[in-house]
Amino acid sequence: MSKKRKKKDIEKLRVKDKKKRVNGSLGGDIVIFLFLCLLGIFMIFPIYYALIQSFKPVHELFVFPPKLYVLDPTLTNYSDMFKIAASLWVPLSRYIFNSVFVTIVVTVANLFVSCMAAFVLAKCRFPGSNVINKIIVTALLFTSQALWIMQFLVMAKLGMIDTYWALILPSIATPMNLFLMRQSISTIHDSMIEAAKVDGAGLFRICWGIVIPNSKPALMTLIIFAFQAAWQIQGGSLIYSEELKTLPTILQQITAAGIARQGVTFATAVLLLIPPLVVFMIAQGNVMETMANSGIKD
Amino acid sequence: MAKTDTAVAEKPVLMRDQGKVRYTLHQMRVNIGCYGMLAPFMILFTIFMIIPVIMSLPMGFTNFNMVQFPKFIGLSNFYTLFLNDDIFLTAVKNTLVFAIFTGPFSYVLSFFLAWLINEMHPALKTIFTFVFYAPSMTPSVYVIWQLLFSGDTYGYFNSVLLDLGFINAPVQWLTDTAYMFGVVIVVQLWISMGAGFLALRAGFQNIDKSMYEAGAIEGIKNRWQELFTITIPSMGPQLLFAAVLQISAAFTVGVVGQSLIGLPSTDYKVHTIMNHATDYGTIRYEMGYASAICFVLFAAMLLVNKFINWLLAKYLD
Repeated sequence: MSKKRKKKDIEKLRVKDKKKRVNGSLGGDIVIFLFLCLLGIFMIFPIYYALIQSFKPVHELFVFPPKLYVLDPTLTNYSDMFKIAASLWVPLSRYIFNSVFVTIVVTVANLFVSCMAAFVLAKCRFPGSNVINKIIVTALLFTSQALWIMQFLVMAKLGMIDTYWALILPSIATPMNLFLMRQSISTIHDSMIEAAKVDGAGLFRICWGIVIPNSKPALMTLIIFAFQAAWQIQGGSLIYSEELKTLPTILQQITAAGIARQGVTFATAVLLLIPPLVVFMIAQGNVMETMANSGIKD
Repeated sequence: MAKTDTAVAEKPVLMRDQGKVRYTLHQMRVNIGCYGMLAPFMILFTIFMIIPVIMSLPMGFTNFNMVQFPKFIGLSNFYTLFLNDDIFLTAVKNTLVFAIFTGPFSYVLSFFLAWLINEMHPALKTIFTFVFYAPSMTPSVYVIWQLLFSGDTYGYFNSVLLDLGFINAPVQWLTDTAYMFGVVIVVQLWISMGAGFLALRAGFQNIDKSMYEAGAIEGIKNRWQELFTITIPSMGPQLLFAAVLQISAAFTVGVVGQSLIGLPSTDYKVHTIMNHATDYGTIRYEMGYASAICFVLFAAMLLVNKFINWLLAKYLD
């Protein structure tokens, strides 16, 4: 009990400390704020523009020069999107199904696989563990963007081209998620694991019953990163059947029609953007907590 | 990093009682559960990351068109690559220029942004972090930018510039060789505040506030002194993590050009090593040659990584 109170006292002190800045001037603060606002506008402008354009009726879309506000907001672009999608070769529902299916499978599998591996690498010592840890840190360099041509070769050999496997399997084992999870598991106290071991729990039970529930922030972060990555999966040249393509490819099809469909294109772009943004907003605090442990130490 | 020994053997097995090999084997047997839990990740990781990286070297020595069995042709691919392939040399040059902008520049930028944001009020911190991170999770980045930079008068930049009288005719941002480079850099910078930026943001939050007080007593006068004497030295690990991600982004910048402008770009103006590999790999199906290009890319990434490690070594524990 007294320990808890002490912790609270310390936290209070910390809050006080945060309010009191040791160095820095008011003038500097204002300059910094303005600078951040300017850059922030640059960052948010394209997204804002897409949002505004998506609500414009046709006669406002082609006004010269384009206005940064809507006079007469309409949802026509969104309903048109569904109309156009209905006339595609493959029904829209199929693209939605593919995207949702791939996203869910990749996210769940990614979490399952990374959590177990992270626990073992953070808390157990066995022959090879050091080497694997080193390999994982090096592998952070090789994102799937850099690797995909060689992956194409491997998948062609395995006969996975143009199957769901090609969309799902390469995105499951991501070194970055494993790394982030490992870093945050290694901050968990060993005594907790020891206690569970004395009680006779196996590694699997310790992992899912004790370690993972105690690293919720990291788990949330992993969900976000895995979700973001999975939501963007397109397959590229790994997939050529229209039935297996995901939602982002639809955007390209609509865009291909040119400027006349500008409003619809922006509407689709906005719709695609919403899920990752919402997921991130909900869990931002967790992400920051996890990233605090993300440093690479030798 | 504290590690528990999971080996709960009945009687202690010491290395000096047995040979090293037998001891290792024993340890492996005791820790069989660890391997079991590691296996799902490691199998997928090996197939889709390790094999592709390692295979790029032997495949680079062959002539392989995906149909016939690879034919060994020695160093011929590498000779062609460095001595006869003018476009590859253009690609190397472009990659280096892009790498400077999207590597060090965006690295320093994300560091400074993280630092500046850290000085703000907590609510503003959240908002700014979100604003800067949002672009990197946008799946529709390229389409939005394509329309902003559209070559007709409806493109946003063209119409604003026309309206203000800076230009008389619409600029072909995405096909005119004079502008393509700039456009790709802008878009790459726009999406570059990703996980590395978040790591740096968190790193700043992590630093013990008492350090700054101590610094103030010791006579640190302004933000800059604080930054170089306290902040940077205590952020080594985060700096390294962000650097690794930044290297990876810098070398794969070709993806931006490819999605925004197309492949190949006009006069190979924004052609990068990545694009060159894509060109030979998935368009011409000359996999042997594409593998050689990939190998050069991987080797370059590893070298730069080693260099950054060496550079930041003094800040790491």
